[in-house]
Amino acid sequence: MQIGPVFRALMRNKLGVLLIAMQIAFTMTVLVNALYIINQRAANMARPSGLDEANTFHISSVGYGSDYNESVVMDDDLNRIRQLPGVIDATVVNAIPVSSSGSSSGYMTEAGRREMMVPAALYRTDENVFRTLDLQIVAGESFSRGDIIRRASNEDRDVPGVMLTLAMAEALLPDDPMSTVGKTIYAVDDTPLRVIGLVDKLQAPWPNSTFIEQAVLYPEVIIDGSATYLIRTEPGFRDELMVQVEELLAASGHQRILRNNQSFEYTRNETYRIDNLMTSILKVVIATLMFITSLGIIGLAVFSINRRRKQIGTRRALGATRPDILGYFLLENMLISGIGVVAGAALTIAFNMFLVQTFNMPRIDWYYTPLGMLALIILGQLAVIGPARNASLIAPALATRSV
Amino acid sequence: MFLYYVRLAALSYRRNPILSSLMVLAVAIGVGAYMVVFTLNYVLGGDPIPHKSSQLYHVQFEYGDPDIADFEPPPQLTYRDAMVLLEQTNDVRRTVSSKFVAVLEPPGNQLQPFFINGRGSSADFFAMFDVPFLYGNAWSRTDDQAQQQVAVLSREMNDRLFGGQNSVGETLQMHGLTFQIIGVLDRWQPTPMFYDVNNGPIGTGEEIYIPWGLIASQQLRRSGNTNCWAAPENASFEAFLNAECAWVQFWVELPDQQVFDDYSNFIDNYSAQQKEFGRMPLPPAQRLYDVNEWMVKNEVQPDETRILSALAAMLMAVCLLNTVGLLLAKFLGKSGEIGVRQALGANRRSLFIQHTIEAGFIGALGGILGLGVSALGLEGIKILLGNEIPHDWVVMNLPVVGVTITLAIISTILAGLYPIWRASTINPAIHLKTQ
Repeated sequence: MQIGPVFRALMRNKLGVLLIAMQIAFTMTVLVNALYIINQRAANMARPSGLDEANTFHISSVGYGSDYNESVVMDDDLNRIRQLPGVIDATVVNAIPVSSSGSSSGYMTEAGRREMMVPAALYRTDENVFRTLDLQIVAGESFSRGDIIRRASNEDRDVPGVMLTLAMAEALLPDDPMSTVGKTIYAVDDTPLRVIGLVDKLQAPWPNSTFIEQAVLYPEVIIDGSATYLIRTEPGFRDELMVQVEELLAASGHQRILRNNQSFEYTRNETYRIDNLMTSILKVVIATLMFITSLGIIGLAVFSINRRRKQIGTRRALGATRPDILGYFLLENMLISGIGVVAGAALTIAFNMFLVQTFNMPRIDWYYTPLGMLALIILGQLAVIGPARNASLIAPALATRSV
Repeated sequence: MFLYYVRLAALSYRRNPILSSLMVLAVAIGVGAYMVVFTLNYVLGGDPIPHKSSQLYHVQFEYGDPDIADFEPPPQLTYRDAMVLLEQTNDVRRTVSSKFVAVLEPPGNQLQPFFINGRGSSADFFAMFDVPFLYGNAWSRTDDQAQQQVAVLSREMNDRLFGGQNSVGETLQMHGLTFQIIGVLDRWQPTPMFYDVNNGPIGTGEEIYIPWGLIASQQLRRSGNTNCWAAPENASFEAFLNAECAWVQFWVELPDQQVFDDYSNFIDNYSAQQKEFGRMPLPPAQRLYDVNEWMVKNEVQPDETRILSALAAMLMAVCLLNTVGLLLAKFLGKSGEIGVRQALGANRRSLFIQHTIEAGFIGALGGILGLGVSALGLEGIKILLGNEIPHDWVVMNLPVVGVTITLAIISTILAGLYPIWRASTINPAIHLKTQ
């Protein structure tokens, strides 16, 4: 098939070509950038929290009434929970990773050097946190039972030593993160804190923060009437244990309210709800656009074929085979799509620059644009194949008719 | 004549149903999708209190530590600054406000104790933000000063506790204290939640309101954000109150320029004085922000909606390009008929009007179908938002319906301009010959 005649014939209907090419260009721009945003969000959501996510849940217990002794109740609760069949371990913690609610603070390697401050999430917890949160100790030692301080929120007590995530150690001492173990770091108010060990990975409560993997663990539990228990179960036990634990705590006879009995997966979904919403909307937008563009291609192909029925009949009468006619329209569409995707590539990159500048998003990876071009050329070919087949079925005898 | 053309348009639709339906579908999807995004933007970016937004100001000071790179002054005030602004003696309406949670022991023991989300605020809060009352009314400034244990319930909480009865005069046990109910709100859920931008633009209001001073004096469990840029001297509550920790929101109502200037001077002086004491070290930016400025500054409208707007605009462009192509095909496809009409004396102007009306007809159908598309889209968004986030605001209101149909008609006609022009300038002779 010669491109020349097809191209020259196309140029007689510049507007039709332009319309389809522009649709293809816009569709490609949206497709590529939307897919990029979707992938980026998916990658964000896929970042591991460090927890055994599928088998973890949490529940909060808030006491009231004057005879509520939180420290006693807490020990009692945790002991009973740990004895339930299927529970691996349980801990008390001030904030749940990825829940979007918690505390953070700044730390420095030298006292008073606030310009060197490194932010981190702050977890207050006990010695059971490692097994419960599935944390591996990569250096130094972990908290022992005797280390754990219980204090009222208005009481000052020095903690014996803190643990850092590996990422936090790297942020504090990029050259030699392992050497933070045994060193003293300083809190905002220059309180010295001895680092006793490092854990592999534990996310902060805020997935959008700039310090998602930086966390400091304190061996202390604040007695303020409210405790959040985090419970890790054997695989498959979570859902029944969520019910059992709540019933167990409710039946213990203390004056308290149980709230937020949630699986970690639920908490994660809540935190990422807007991201999920966004990706769902983008998927619908992509599907809709592909659909509309295909309709446009089909509509105009049908129209142009109908206008050229007689010419097609004539060509058939002059010896063109059915595959020739089919090929003609596929090639025609290939040329139109080609113009569209070239314009689309420019538009895609321009739109991406707009996103990069306005929303501080990273630039798209290079292969997105060529893949988008390919996808739309294939879409065009698929859309036109029906009308082109119909065109190839036009009988040569049509040439002899007057209309 | 208009009706005659509308009839012609309907006839033309029936003669070429597939092509016409494709156009209607394209317009419907384009406009419908655009309207979904428009609704999100309209609500989230809209002015939540239009008649007063330029009189309500949030106060911000140049807090922070110049030593800390990228330190953004927190959007709230410290306790001591809030107290100074609150105690200033003049007639300016003003309110402090912050969130708390507390255990509520319901009256009559028929319900288990539960957690309640509360807001401490000043008496002026309700009048400033036009909070509607169903029963009773707000407390007074004197109640604020005396820290009276009075409470205002939300309508939903009143329904839950008292079955919707007028509960004014009843008492409640909360945080171990006895509160007297003096008012019940009507439904109140501004979106975005402009008066408290710290916890996301969409949220339910609080369930109970009490005089703000009680939060500190009774040490209620505070919720919402607390930002400290210097640690309190010790762990006591007193030290926390005196520390450089921002957790209080402060709004004033400045009804005219004179009052604004006076107030602006007052806080400028206060700020300068504090700077001498070594506080508020950052260079002064703006100190008073009206409602709209405040929402822009705090980026209440999420990035998502802006990205989606751009994408929706492109989707609409594709749909309209599609319509241009299809209209062109349709109008040129009936050249013969146009030729006949011309031969029978129709001039270009009437052909132009006829085809404009035909395009508008398709646009109107597309718009009506588009309403369905956007209703469907908004339902989908509600489902995706889930039950945790209130989504009553995701509705198609009258302006959106109006804009949808108008947009559909106008854009279809605009898209049709070239096809219409082509149709009305067809040379009749050629087509009459071939017939």
